[in-house]
Amino acid sequence: MRVANLILVAFRSLARNKMRTFLTMLGIIIGVGSVIAMLAIGEGSRVNIQNSIASLGTNSIMIFPGAISHGGVRMEAGSVQSLTKEDAQAIAQQCDLISYVSPVVTKGAQVIASNQNWRTLCIGVYNDYFSIRGLNLSNGRLFSASEHRSAAKVCIIGLTVSNSLFGEGHDPVGEYMRINTIPFRIIGLMEKKGQNTFGQDQDDVIIAPFLTVQKRMLSTTNVNQILASSSTAAAMDDATDEIIQLIRSRHHLKDTDEDDFTVRTQADISNIFGSVSKVLTILLASIASIALLVGGIGIMNIMLVSVTERTREIGIRMAVGAKGRDVLIQFMIESIFISFLGGVLGIAFGVTASSMVARFGGWPVFITPFSVVLSFVFSTAVGLFFGWYPAQKAAGLNPIEALRYE
Amino acid sequence: MAGPGSDKLLRAKDLVKVYKAGEVEVRALRGITMEVEQGEFLAVTGSSGSGKSTFMNILGCLDIPTSGSYWIDGQDVSKLNRNQLAELRNRKLGFIFQSFNILPRTSALENVELPLLYNRTVNAKDRRQRAHDALIKVGLQDKITSMPNQLSGGQQQRVAIARALINNPRLILADEPTGNLDTRTSYEIMAVFQSLNDKGITIMMVTHEPDIAQFAKRKIVFRDGRITVDEKITNRKFAEEELKHMPALAVEETV
Ligand SMILES: Nc1ncnc2c1ncn2[C@@H]1O[C@H](COP(=O)(O)OP(=O)(O)O)[C@@H](O)[C@H]1O
Ligand SMILES: [Mg+2]
Repeated sequence: MRVANLILVAFRSLARNKMRTFLTMLGIIIGVGSVIAMLAIGEGSRVNIQNSIASLGTNSIMIFPGAISHGGVRMEAGSVQSLTKEDAQAIAQQCDLISYVSPVVTKGAQVIASNQNWRTLCIGVYNDYFSIRGLNLSNGRLFSASEHRSAAKVCIIGLTVSNSLFGEGHDPVGEYMRINTIPFRIIGLMEKKGQNTFGQDQDDVIIAPFLTVQKRMLSTTNVNQILASSSTAAAMDDATDEIIQLIRSRHHLKDTDEDDFTVRTQADISNIFGSVSKVLTILLASIASIALLVGGIGIMNIMLVSVTERTREIGIRMAVGAKGRDVLIQFMIESIFISFLGGVLGIAFGVTASSMVARFGGWPVFITPFSVVLSFVFSTAVGLFFGWYPAQKAAGLNPIEALRYE
Repeated sequence: MAGPGSDKLLRAKDLVKVYKAGEVEVRALRGITMEVEQGEFLAVTGSSGSGKSTFMNILGCLDIPTSGSYWIDGQDVSKLNRNQLAELRNRKLGFIFQSFNILPRTSALENVELPLLYNRTVNAKDRRQRAHDALIKVGLQDKITSMPNQLSGGQQQRVAIARALINNPRLILADEPTGNLDTRTSYEIMAVFQSLNDKGITIMMVTHEPDIAQFAKRKIVFRDGRITVDEKITNRKFAEEELKHMPALAVEETV
């Protein structure tokens, strides 16, 4: 009953000063809004990076030539030539936990078809590569065993390459083109994959049989990378160990020698980027929290000013029988209401801002319920915390002195 | 000597108030002893600075005396804490100020309701009803939803009177209620006071205008923190009568 009255009193007082109420709220609206938006952006980029990493292939394991130097930096792939096609074959035959494996060679390619010219990347792989990376064809077929054996001049192209050479909507399967002057027949077109987080166009690629690229275009026995995938996610660690043991023995490394190759799993990469994006999220969140804190101090400021400005009002209330506690509760309700409503509006503002960022900035955003609850609880706590001091001050006033205040 | 259980409405004994402003001490009240009975209409007069307001503020439980004791309706006020004083103000007293002291940007009705918002025994419906009735009692039936800035000084003071009345107080204390009003409006306020007093409400009113004091039934005079005169008013004036003989001009009120 009494608290209901005090709520009424507080609301009347807020309604009497709509402008002041709104301006006080603005700090909280902006604070909460930026917390929501920042967390949404941080979380969005995390999800996006995870998706990109997932597109490397589920349960995939990458083996690069060369060791990790002590700074954690791998020497450039081409500078050490330690992996061969036979290593990949051995993995396929001897590692039980590996379901797919393919060596990978890459070569920059100048492509010409009819009168169109295009610069792209040509990679040579076995068909397992498509399974590991989860690549599907929208048209045509994969390479046959005999095409692999004979280093046939056939290729499968990405959509960007197809569009650049033959124009949009034209089916390239069956067409011919020259890659670095060698004529190739196109036997397949890959489904569109789009850009990854790092801005690479995943459709700007040509895939040819491994031996075709290695023998005809590179004339080398080395490979840039071996890509494998384990049969299950649980077997990842054991599969990795299996590969390391196998390649070490194939390379005749003594126990004291360091690996002359590097094994990275999808999980490793995901962890690296995961921690990067976590740092990013924390950074964004702390900037936003500062905004919220400033909003809270804004509440305290206005409430303090309003205790001074409303000293006479407080005196009048006390003169007609308000107790210190009644005044305290009234002021607390006012500041909690301001921060509560500010929180609600701030959430709306944050959601709107994040979807603007998503739409116009092309940034991925992801609003987590957690961030909504967090900023809501936080803003109400800000109201409680920063409302307390001015409310306490108002409640401690002496009625006659408050009334005399000019 | 009557004890705390005295049937007097108000009893003050040796009230002393000393204000300390740094080194300087101001002895505003130097020992006030007096009694007020139920149904009295008392004018408190005296020159400026003689301690009238200090006395009223103490009786109104807005301030506390340096020493001495006083009883309101048999209750020893000097023994009460802050919250109990607030409760006493809320339930038994009505205070009217020279500067009206009504809340700005708040309708007449909401201003009048104010004391009942701090009284948990009155529900919202009764509160509205009583505020309505009080406004009618002071002649503001047409101004119920008006804001203070739409009201003249006299009307604002009537709002303040209605607010003082709403809790059916045992005692109304008014500190220069007509100090900011012109003569005709002052007389109208006196008419309200006299009619309230006729209904049995006890009123104590500070005024430095001798003609206003003539509307009361008893007069005390303050001088340097002491009561020097305490007498019955002989040729009492009646506001309704006086108003009849005044020009009924709609005089601009000075606020
Ligand atoms: N808050 C105060 N602090 C210091 N002195 C005060 C205060 N209030 C009143 N006084 C002094 O007390 C004396 C009595 O004041 P007051 O009760 O207001 O007189 P009155 O109402 O009769 O004019 C005056 O000398 C005044 O200056
Ligand atoms: Mg005075």
